[in-house]
Amino acid sequence: MSISAENWGEVPLAPPDSIFKLTAAYKADPFPEKINLGVGAYRDDNSNPWVLPVVKTATQILLNDPNIDHEYLPITGLPQFTAAAAKLILGADSPAIAENRVVSVQTISGTGANHLGALFLSRYYHFGEEGKKVYLSDPTWVNHFAIFRNVQIEPVTYPYYDAATIGLAFEPFLETLRTAAPRSVFLLHACAHNPTGVDPTREQWGKICDVILEKNHYAFFDCAYQGFASGDLVNDAWAVREFVKRGVPLLVCQSFAKNAGLYGERVGALHIIAPTKEGADRVKSQLSVLQRSEISNPPAHGARLVALILNDPALFEQWKDDIRTMAHRIIEMRKELHKLLTEELKTPGNWDHIVNQIGMFSFTGIKTEASLALTEKAHIYLTTNGRISMAGLNKNNVRYFAENLDKVVRGQL
Amino acid sequence: MQAIARPLARAAPRALSRAAALSTWSAVPAGPPDAILGVTEAFKRDQDPRKINLGVGAYRDGNGKPFVLPSVKKAEEIISQSGDKEYLPITGLPEFTRRAALLAYGAESAPLKGNAVAVTQSISGTGALRIGGAFLARFYPHSKTIYLPTPTWGNHTPIFRDSGLEVKGYRYYDKKTVGLDFEGLKADLQSMPEKSIVLLHACAHNPTGVDPTQAQWIEISNIIKEKSLFPFFDMAYQGFASGSTSKDAFAVRHFVSEGHQVALCQSFAKNMGLYGERVGAFSLTTADPEEKARVESQLKIVIRPMYSNPPLHGARIASTILGSPELYSEWEGEVKGMAERIISMRDRLYDNLVAQKTPGEWGHIKSQIGMFSFTGLTTPQTKALAEKAHIYMTADGRISMAGLNAHNIDYFSESVSRAVKGDI
Repeated sequence: MSISAENWGEVPLAPPDSIFKLTAAYKADPFPEKINLGVGAYRDDNSNPWVLPVVKTATQILLNDPNIDHEYLPITGLPQFTAAAAKLILGADSPAIAENRVVSVQTISGTGANHLGALFLSRYYHFGEEGKKVYLSDPTWVNHFAIFRNVQIEPVTYPYYDAATIGLAFEPFLETLRTAAPRSVFLLHACAHNPTGVDPTREQWGKICDVILEKNHYAFFDCAYQGFASGDLVNDAWAVREFVKRGVPLLVCQSFAKNAGLYGERVGALHIIAPTKEGADRVKSQLSVLQRSEISNPPAHGARLVALILNDPALFEQWKDDIRTMAHRIIEMRKELHKLLTEELKTPGNWDHIVNQIGMFSFTGIKTEASLALTEKAHIYLTTNGRISMAGLNKNNVRYFAENLDKVVRGQL
Repeated sequence: MQAIARPLARAAPRALSRAAALSTWSAVPAGPPDAILGVTEAFKRDQDPRKINLGVGAYRDGNGKPFVLPSVKKAEEIISQSGDKEYLPITGLPEFTRRAALLAYGAESAPLKGNAVAVTQSISGTGALRIGGAFLARFYPHSKTIYLPTPTWGNHTPIFRDSGLEVKGYRYYDKKTVGLDFEGLKADLQSMPEKSIVLLHACAHNPTGVDPTQAQWIEISNIIKEKSLFPFFDMAYQGFASGSTSKDAFAVRHFVSEGHQVALCQSFAKNMGLYGERVGAFSLTTADPEEKARVESQLKIVIRPMYSNPPLHGARIASTILGSPELYSEWEGEVKGMAERIISMRDRLYDNLVAQKTPGEWGHIKSQIGMFSFTGLTTPQTKALAEKAHIYMTADGRISMAGLNAHNIDYFSESVSRAVKGDI
């Protein structure tokens, strides 16, 4: 049939993405009370995806605008989008913006920003004698490892999550910052740590910043949940803005997948803060070269939606409302789950982390065997590290979840 | 959320950090401006009312305006009424990739019927090339060298180099005849190491507009078969070249029916006018469904650490059009319309240049195919046209025919005539 049948004969079958496997198993399960707590996307109270009302409004505006076409965006993206996105994370009054030291490039959502930022560091950052390394939190979003390896930066981990306290391993974290070679690159989750939901307090951030400055480390911020963590955009940007204020060399990866519910439209940005405007221009020129040989220019539609929302005061207010709707539903679920476990079921153990953790995810603290049991016996789908997506819980299923969590903790499932 | 007293600001570390920060990017050299996209930027800065932009390959209507295809507008209305924004799978919208593959390979294609075509949605043509380059660099067992026609689209070289392949050239364009150097091409194919990767522009060669005839494609296929070379097709203009999507797919379909295993990059930027929405697909023909599954699993590994999954909007538009008999037929008409306007501009330009007794042979203007024409103008001439006549094109003399229309074609041909005669 074909000439060179041996072209692809040796291509090995790669393992499927683990979250994909989980979702596929959930979909195939006929059990009526099944719950999907693996999903990293917001769900409304009826477990449905939720297109933000402000996004629907913005979509209509675009549809009815005769001046909108599908022309190529500039390589670095839609200027109305990137400028507004920079102000959103850094603050409209950021001196870095005023001094033209911020390079902003539109990217394919947060993954694209992480990739481009990592690629740029791989090409231009002066790594020390230890070579190209990046410190990732233990644990972190699983794709971080692949992203950095893909550009020949070796990922190593820093202590982050303390299983004993189901909280932050703060002293070990600081110690790693201190003992790492000077000028190391540390990836920091700006807010709503994925997968644990455990964030440093402001005081802790201050101390982290102290050590980073002492050691001349580089801060690689990943910000995928601004607004989604506490419900307040400004509050969630605090760590990034503090570090910028204190002069830490840094970049920020920004995603609008969750806070604008624009997941599949792939809206994101990479912001690199340079020490001077002249430096920023050079950095921008090289980011353009890197972007050009991978995607040429980024996708227009999602960026146009976000540009409208960020730049129109009425739409911006609506967006803040929509964000609060999502964040508050999640916070309500946390409270409800906590109440069920502590007041009604009196589940053994301390469950305060459920309400203390921040964002879409929660590290329940249960072990692998318990996670697997929940899936196999109760048709509750979660990752084996005990992480649940709070967005998958709602008024209809939270009791079922709480009762089964209680059973598995008691060894009765 | 947490009201904690902030530590006192520390002045010393800040000064230290500024020094450290100063050294972070001080060694980053200024990157060169993009040759093609830089033309548009120069055009934008020009205030002269007669200015013409013949740089970037985006279609313009008879009034020089961007053209949103009516079928695209209709599809957008349809998709705005329903649908969520959930993540697509890593390989994209399944209905889109299925229909894109059908459009390229044709319903009678054996590997397609045999469920042996591995296909993924991509960030337009650039993204497809990058995925393909990275996949071949990783998994093509026989060679890490890709041969590109001389000349080729400027972005091909950096894409393949950054993918990890070595880039070399084969003869393609003959300056003397302003046509195909067919003998040179065949000789170079013959002398390539066996099993090398060869990039082929499926139709409407960019930048020259010079395409092999169907008879020549058949010969090329035979040589490639003899040398077991790997054909890597870039098809950015299906439908746009001749006005017929099936005619423009001849080379790809012929190779596949001859039993070649191919790689194919598709773009919907031009033929659906979806440029900025970044709609494309990358596919590989494989031996059977089991091999297709293995290949697709590895395509996902290439894509996931770069951008996770592709954008929704443009793929939904394209899929809606390809999946609706009415819209599909409207779209075919619109593509034909665009191709025909370009062909009429070619005819008119040729007639004008001849009427103005412009020195040289200008038949290539009519025989070249697609959006671009290699005029044969020299770099100094193109520079003079920019500086004196406010006419912008790339330094290699490539013009986008789409930028010409009834309002500007006379000014353009007069200026070219003067430039060639040396008195611009």
